[in-house]
Amino acid sequence: MSTPFTTLTSVAAPLIEDNIDTDIIIPSREMKSTGKTGLAAGLFAGRRYTQGRSENPDFVLNQSAYRAAAILLAGDNFGCGSSREHAVWALAEHGIRAVIAPSFSPIFAGNAVRGGVLPLVLPRATIAALAASEGAISIDLPAQTVTAGARVADFNIDAEAKAMLIGGLDAIDLTLQAADRIADWQRVDRQRRPWVYLGG
Amino acid sequence: MPSLFDKLWDRHVIATTPGGAAIIAIDRIFLHERTGAAALASLAAAGRNVADPARAFAAMDHIVDTLPGRGDATTMPGGTAFITETRAACAAAGITLFDIGHPDQGIVHVVSPELGLVLPGLTLVAPDSHTCTQGAVGALAWGIGSTEAEHALATGTLRLNRPRTMRVVFDGVLAPGVTPKDMALALIAAHGAAGGQGHAIEFAGSAVTALAMEGRMTLCNMATEFAAFSGFIAPDAVTFEWIKGRRYAPQGALWDAALADWQDLASDADAVFDREIRIDAASIAPMISWGTSPAQSVAIIGGVPAFAGSGSRAAHDKALAYMGLAEGQSLAGLAIDAAFIGSCTNSRLSDLERAAAVIAGRRVAPGVRAIVVPGSSAVKRAAEAQGLDRLFTDAGFEWRESGCSMCFFAGGESFGAGQRVISSTNRNFESRQGPGTRTHIASPETVAASAIAGRICAA
Ligand code: SF4
Repeated sequence: MSTPFTTLTSVAAPLIEDNIDTDIIIPSREMKSTGKTGLAAGLFAGRRYTQGRSENPDFVLNQSAYRAAAILLAGDNFGCGSSREHAVWALAEHGIRAVIAPSFSPIFAGNAVRGGVLPLVLPRATIAALAASEGAISIDLPAQTVTAGARVADFNIDAEAKAMLIGGLDAIDLTLQAADRIADWQRVDRQRRPWVYLGG
Repeated sequence: MPSLFDKLWDRHVIATTPGGAAIIAIDRIFLHERTGAAALASLAAAGRNVADPARAFAAMDHIVDTLPGRGDATTMPGGTAFITETRAACAAAGITLFDIGHPDQGIVHVVSPELGLVLPGLTLVAPDSHTCTQGAVGALAWGIGSTEAEHALATGTLRLNRPRTMRVVFDGVLAPGVTPKDMALALIAAHGAAGGQGHAIEFAGSAVTALAMEGRMTLCNMATEFAAFSGFIAPDAVTFEWIKGRRYAPQGALWDAALADWQDLASDADAVFDREIRIDAASIAPMISWGTSPAQSVAIIGGVPAFAGSGSRAAHDKALAYMGLAEGQSLAGLAIDAAFIGSCTNSRLSDLERAAAVIAGRRVAPGVRAIVVPGSSAVKRAAEAQGLDRLFTDAGFEWRESGCSMCFFAGGESFGAGQRVISSTNRNFESRQGPGTRTHIASPETVAASAIAGRICAA
């Protein structure tokens, strides 16, 4: 169960670079425990901190206007690289609930939906316009719109991801509603492909 | 009409959800200690069981040390907890673990094919982006997040939107000395690091079917660097011969039945793909990365390219600054500080054999730190049986225990800041091999030749 996502209004922090990989989002060395929490301090650690781990004033999330930003604007292929879900957990724990980019790594996008973070796809030019706009922007997931001042952009999202985000749904519970169907399928499959089922 | 992907997909669809996704049967699940304990602990905390532990496996590869005499202690701060908690969680869940000291320990994507755990026609997932490596045997194998791993463990399924399809055809014959790693880098350099985004990619063509099994794994391994959903190759006689007799592969009558079933695993002649890319294999030269994305790769004989208008100028300049290079600068001849042969891309026996053939009695250049890390304990034993360990150590290489090792920086061992490393790994991202480390990725033979020369050079 993740926090349901319906609407969100926030300033949007621009980090418009292509190929922001999960190691930039949270470096491997910041994943200090086996759990899912305590990761916000490691978010963008390589960029956010100087060598002595004091804040790097040049990094966007350290600038006063964007400290509380719940929306991140990014470039192509956001979340590429390692499949580490810690990238989503760290973003969410820091307070980022939506990332707007021209494209996402598929693994990251799947993780984001499960972690209650909206991976929102808009064209590069629209993102540039959002970055140039003043003040907060609003995301309405049920209506699939992003509003900045008088400008409204529509976005696409697949129905499954949308339903999961809005309901904060746990995918395992949803799937287990079909448990009988899964068991039936496996019974037939066991006859068809017995070699798949190790241990008899 | 159906493509290989269509067949793999259709065989596994259990149901369609109201949201239009499919519930897909998952035949094998692989975990490793980096995220395995977290997934299993979270599952247990929710009061859920692993649906079929006999089809779930785990290996110690990411955090475990590769230094000789290793145990649970690691150079990664806090690393021991990942190891001990994964061990306890696997035992509690009844999952077979290829633990430290186990003869089958190694990198998941090396161990799984080696043991015949991945087979043609199967679906296999692991919380690791390079799971696509295993598509080389004609399976649908892809990387997932840990929450999805919990889903797969608890339900034996995943909810998935059908990816688009792509065929990448390498026509013709590779020039001597050109490897599957060069094929992958040439593809990604030509079409971008996001070029395969969201696509299920079938690698095909005469240069692909001519590859031995391990080379096919190298090619499929790099599909994730192309942002693909997965990469795979239709199984053929080479595949079946390679799999036959492996520990978990079907035997006897079951083998015959499986083999009959697998004959259909190929794209029909009139199969339709959402996209197709064709590459003339003969045009590919030994490659090397110059920047901080695998797409920033060129032929070794070429220099650092000028900004070409794809991506952003700022990103191009940033990569140059990070790598300490200038446009037009020659890559061949660039002095290196270290050389690394290992990773799920290029650490199998044939990779080590080819690197060893390049070294053949010569020595690593003075001042260069050179390391070989076999991909699995079985690879290590097989290499040692041929005397490759001595060949490498006599040349001045460190010979390690198997694991991911310095393919990535987990907080422990690293190459230092500013160090220029030539590496047979898959990622040249900023700080991938340690904060500030400058990584050039290339084939194992290029790494070996460069280690000897002390400078970047083709074998
Ligand atoms: S060898 Fe490197 S790329 Fe492969 S699984 Fe290990 S860390 Fe990942």
